[in-house]
Amino acid sequence: MSFDLNFIGILIGAIMASSVPLILAASGELITERSGVLNLGVEGMMIIGAISGFALMVVTDNLFFAVIGSMVSGLILSLIFGLLTQSLLTNHVATGLALTIFGIGMSAMIGKNFVGIPGKEFPLLFLNLKESIPFLGPIFFGHSIILYFAFGLPFLTNYFLKKTKTGLIIRAVGDSPTSASNQGINVTLVRYSCILYGGAMCGLAGAYLSLIYTPQWIENMTGGRGWIALALVVFATWSPIKVLIGALIFGGITILQLHMQAVGLRIPVQLLSALPYIMTIIVLVVISRDSRKIKLNTPTSLGQIFYKEK
Amino acid sequence: MYKLFLRSLISVIFLLGFSLNANAEFKVGFVYVGPTGDHGWTYQHDEGRKAVEAAGIKTTYVESVPEGADAERVIRQLAQSGHDLIFTTSFGYMDPTNKVAKDFPNVKFEHATGYKREHSNVATYSARFYEGRTLLGHMAGKMTKTNTIGYIASFPIPEVIRGINAMTLAAQKVNPNIKTKIVWVFTWYDPGKESEAAQALIDQGADIIMQHTDSTAPVQVAEKAGVWSFGQASDMQRFAPKSILTSIIDDWAPYYVERSIAARDGTWKQQDTWHGLKEGMVAMAPYNSVMGDDLVKEVEQLQKDLASGKAHSFTGPIYDQKGNILVAEGAVADDGMLAGMNVYVKGVEGDIPQ
Repeated sequence: MSFDLNFIGILIGAIMASSVPLILAASGELITERSGVLNLGVEGMMIIGAISGFALMVVTDNLFFAVIGSMVSGLILSLIFGLLTQSLLTNHVATGLALTIFGIGMSAMIGKNFVGIPGKEFPLLFLNLKESIPFLGPIFFGHSIILYFAFGLPFLTNYFLKKTKTGLIIRAVGDSPTSASNQGINVTLVRYSCILYGGAMCGLAGAYLSLIYTPQWIENMTGGRGWIALALVVFATWSPIKVLIGALIFGGITILQLHMQAVGLRIPVQLLSALPYIMTIIVLVVISRDSRKIKLNTPTSLGQIFYKEK
Repeated sequence: MYKLFLRSLISVIFLLGFSLNANAEFKVGFVYVGPTGDHGWTYQHDEGRKAVEAAGIKTTYVESVPEGADAERVIRQLAQSGHDLIFTTSFGYMDPTNKVAKDFPNVKFEHATGYKREHSNVATYSARFYEGRTLLGHMAGKMTKTNTIGYIASFPIPEVIRGINAMTLAAQKVNPNIKTKIVWVFTWYDPGKESEAAQALIDQGADIIMQHTDSTAPVQVAEKAGVWSFGQASDMQRFAPKSILTSIIDDWAPYYVERSIAARDGTWKQQDTWHGLKEGMVAMAPYNSVMGDDLVKEVEQLQKDLASGKAHSFTGPIYDQKGNILVAEGAVADDGMLAGMNVYVKGVEGDIPQ
């Protein structure tokens, strides 16, 4: 392995790029779960976002519409989930699972006509700075706008949940919907908004995959990233900053283990392949051992159906 | 006269068809490991299925069936729902296929790339993809500037190891300095992971990317990075027009049509088929002209020699990584040895995952 500084910079840049879909989807799901709703449809909303973004890119030839469209389609899918779980009071787990299956099937159906069409180049920012500054250049520059947004998002989410009134309301709804309702908060409305926001973020995460990361449409291209995002939220004990750390570790070790293989290190490959999962869990468990903080962050009513007393 | 003959032939076929299908129509089922839209492995099997359909036989398929417990359930369901012949098209379906075959002696099963035929109603078939790999190795050895070939491998089974060995042997023959770097991704189909693996290999100095996985992601990464690549299973040229030197194409259609008709007409027998360039089950996509006329001619000649049997992918002397002789000078590896290949040849770096 070449150990020059610029190479490490390129590696870190690649790691950041690979963790973007996880950060986006997990940040969205985190808000949804903080309001007490467990939406297991992350994978389904991501894949629908991926195909909608790609299809719109092909049809309109406009990347802006493609990105917005992917968010809207994620949002529409989450609206179905909202209608079922919030208005018709169905079980969150079952509905979420159905949403994922629906999303995967639906995306494959829409995608039939878009297989094999090459993607469009997504504009990358500050490309000249990337080349001219060694080490730091490839880390901080030459990325898409969505990557910068993704890396800002956990901090914004953290601020939003802790320091704003709306954030407090969401947490209140997630912890005790009955008390929140008694305070005059419209629990159903808050939950709907959080579900829709989560859907839009998952859609964006999917669009990142089909427009920027591997610019093409391939069936099932999310490859289980939605499930990893879901797990990240739980292991990060519903803290946005820890979600960011977890996503970086997962993305980082995924890429590093491929490099270790290519170098020919004599470590069993199966262990290397399992490493991203093992390390992410260990690190997140270690950094969130404080049981008081876990209790503080865990939405107590997660996944429970809320019946408003009339 | 000719027309009259044709007409009577058609009516005879129809009559025969009606009489045979009085209570149950002859149906062929296919089980795929990936989606039909992968433009690789599964796509080619589905092209074969369409050829069967075009021959007037009814077919159904189930796509994206995971290898393991799910596979058995799907195969069993196909057998129960009146399919007379079932093609299971991935290595991991080997045990489930044999298990179900035991319970349905009247249904015929064809398993791709496996070696277990535990019951008389199970046949196996595969293609000598390694012949194609030999051609890729020749081109890779000639085209590389960094002397590093990046290889994305799926699972450590003989099929995959054979490909790595065939490619490395051919590349060494034209360029003794080449190194083969291998990344195991433990999946047949995960575009994201495949592109990360391709990128890692390129970052590690590979200027040739080869894959034994099914999606088009690696060739697209190669195209973006400006290195050479080879398509897998299907002609992937339009996904990476500048980067792809050629693709190995699996052509299952003639085999599927022949076996389906045999099963319908009652002449189906258990057998083990292993066809290659000669029979056309392995074919090569057009060679990219950037390689230059001389190299293209060389490869075309080698392709002809492999097909005619004049050349063989595994011609001795071949040594394993420790320097023990595997195939003696002048000899060629027999099919038994090829089918069970589980060691790397000399020149491949690293260990096979156990």
